[in-house]
Amino acid sequence: MIESLPAFPLLLGAVLVAVTRGPLRALVMLAAPLLGAWGVYQLEPGTVVEFQMMGLQLTPVRVDALSILFGYLFHLAAFIGVVYSLHIRDKMQDVAALAYAGSAVGAVFAGDLLTLFVFWELLAVTSVFLVLARRSKHSLATGMRYLVMQVGSGVLLLAGAIWYASAGNGLSFDFIGLDAPGGWLIFIAFGIKAGFPLLHGWLTDAYPEATPTGTVFLSAFTTKVAIYALARGFPGTDLLVLIGTLMTCFPIFFAVIENDLRRVLAYSMINQLGFMVVGIGIGTQLALNGAVAHAFTDVIFKGLLMMSMGAVLHVTGEMRGSELGGLYKKMPKTAILCMVGAASISAFPLFSGFVSKSMVVAAAIQEGHTVVWLALLFASAGVFHHAGIKIPFFAFFAHDSRYVDTAHEPPVNMLVAMTLGALLCVGIGSFPGLLYGLLPYDTGYWPFDVTHVLAQLQLLAFSALAFTWLKLAGIYPPELKSVHLDVDWLYRRVVPQAIRSALARLAPIDRALRGQGKALVASSLSVLARHHGSYGVLARSWPTGSMVIWVAVMLGLSLVLYYA
Amino acid sequence: MSTDKQKTYLFDNPRNVRRVVHGLVGACVILAGLDLVLHRHIYHPWESMFAFYAVYGFVACVLLVLLAKEMRKVLIRKEDYYDATPPSGDDLPPPGESG
Repeated sequence: MIESLPAFPLLLGAVLVAVTRGPLRALVMLAAPLLGAWGVYQLEPGTVVEFQMMGLQLTPVRVDALSILFGYLFHLAAFIGVVYSLHIRDKMQDVAALAYAGSAVGAVFAGDLLTLFVFWELLAVTSVFLVLARRSKHSLATGMRYLVMQVGSGVLLLAGAIWYASAGNGLSFDFIGLDAPGGWLIFIAFGIKAGFPLLHGWLTDAYPEATPTGTVFLSAFTTKVAIYALARGFPGTDLLVLIGTLMTCFPIFFAVIENDLRRVLAYSMINQLGFMVVGIGIGTQLALNGAVAHAFTDVIFKGLLMMSMGAVLHVTGEMRGSELGGLYKKMPKTAILCMVGAASISAFPLFSGFVSKSMVVAAAIQEGHTVVWLALLFASAGVFHHAGIKIPFFAFFAHDSRYVDTAHEPPVNMLVAMTLGALLCVGIGSFPGLLYGLLPYDTGYWPFDVTHVLAQLQLLAFSALAFTWLKLAGIYPPELKSVHLDVDWLYRRVVPQAIRSALARLAPIDRALRGQGKALVASSLSVLARHHGSYGVLARSWPTGSMVIWVAVMLGLSLVLYYA
Repeated sequence: MSTDKQKTYLFDNPRNVRRVVHGLVGACVILAGLDLVLHRHIYHPWESMFAFYAVYGFVACVLLVLLAKEMRKVLIRKEDYYDATPPSGDDLPPPGESG
């Protein structure tokens, strides 16, 4: 069964966890990702499961190096997430989390577009419960907006797949390209989930609204499935280089001024996705390796950062940078683990981000994309600035907040999960061969040479110097209780308001038309009343005698006609 | 934990904050200086400039913050912006009242 569906252990776990409680539930939660990972280990590259259904050739499972890499990654992320959320007593989140992870695994092993579509939509409907589980008015509204975007992406994917297949390409999910019939629809469907610029609103809207544990799962799966799908369907697409470069640069400006620290991480996630998208766009073996390796490391270090912020939220109930600070005094372990994540996302040598991101940057410069390379350097400095420094600084240092007196370390299971993540960050960063062995291509790339290490250290040290100087000189923008407009403003404010005002402008016309209609009805009523009313011509009663006279007249007439 | 109130933590002492800042400045000077000693393998001519990455990182971050500050002036709204009912500035009646 595992061979026919690698997602089976996680999906079965989701069902079992719904009917178990206590230690048994914890056992199911922990066993599902471990069993799943063992299943992936058993898979032979090249395995294909195919069957015919209603004349369609379906490939629910296709195993190759790329899908195995993501298979391991998603089981690992699910396991860390499960450990992190063991203290929660909420069936809805348990079931949603495992089913969501299972959908992600199913999607990366899908060999045809129809299977991909099924798991694509399952990702949407399972993950939304992690937002709804916050059970607030906000999370309900956010969850619905999230669902519309996610399901919309699935609809585009299905439409594109039907178009693609009906043009005689079959349903098999391999290189698609923008020139293929339906290629653009599939590209945009992937782009929505990958957080392309202007399509990214759902990500920064929903992730910070989910539960502390839910965001950890959310940050691992949806966007990385999209990266996998782009790497499979659109490698070497030039447009992706441009899109990815934009993605690395524009969110860091938002991240600098944003107050909600989990939203800062959401922006930073788009920035990291940008590096992967650039890698896929460049499309050389080194660049593609860099893209998928960065997806791998990003899931772990972004998960670690989300977990550390989730721990702060769990303990204090607060996530706004303006209200937090000084927590290193009471949460030193969380603070250190957070800084390991920060060092990893900033790509410090010996931390995981360095060994993956440097491949994409190296590929950009080797392929002669000078502007892209400069933008990626800018984004690398920026990510250290907003995620590497800002997140730990405003949560754990800065000024002493009112939470310092009451704060404490989070539950043990949260600390264990964060420690696992931190160990992986340092482990992969120090021994990248472990990760490189899983990558689809063998490029012989090695990150630890004088050139890369020195350049990266200089870039980071002087970024930190810039932060310190701006902060001490009072130029750095303070954290303010505020929201900042982003693209979601369009559908949360502009469009509803436009509809409201359009309706209001149409009201007089509507009123006039309805007035005319009423007048028409009234006048026809009066005409009817004149003829059919009590005194109307047609309502008069006729004496029986007049009837007899008329009958006699008709009979007489027919007699005359008969003889005539 | 009654002693907690009196306990001074690492960065309660301004000297420790200064030490961190001085340490950072020292690290920057050393890293920039290493550019003179170590030979970097170069793909792009700009990389051969002295302390290219250092200057680029510093300038990039300062520009990032200054631009973000300007952006904030346009984009910032009150915290309850999306919760509040839309501004009553437009003098049009709500749709329910028409007809």
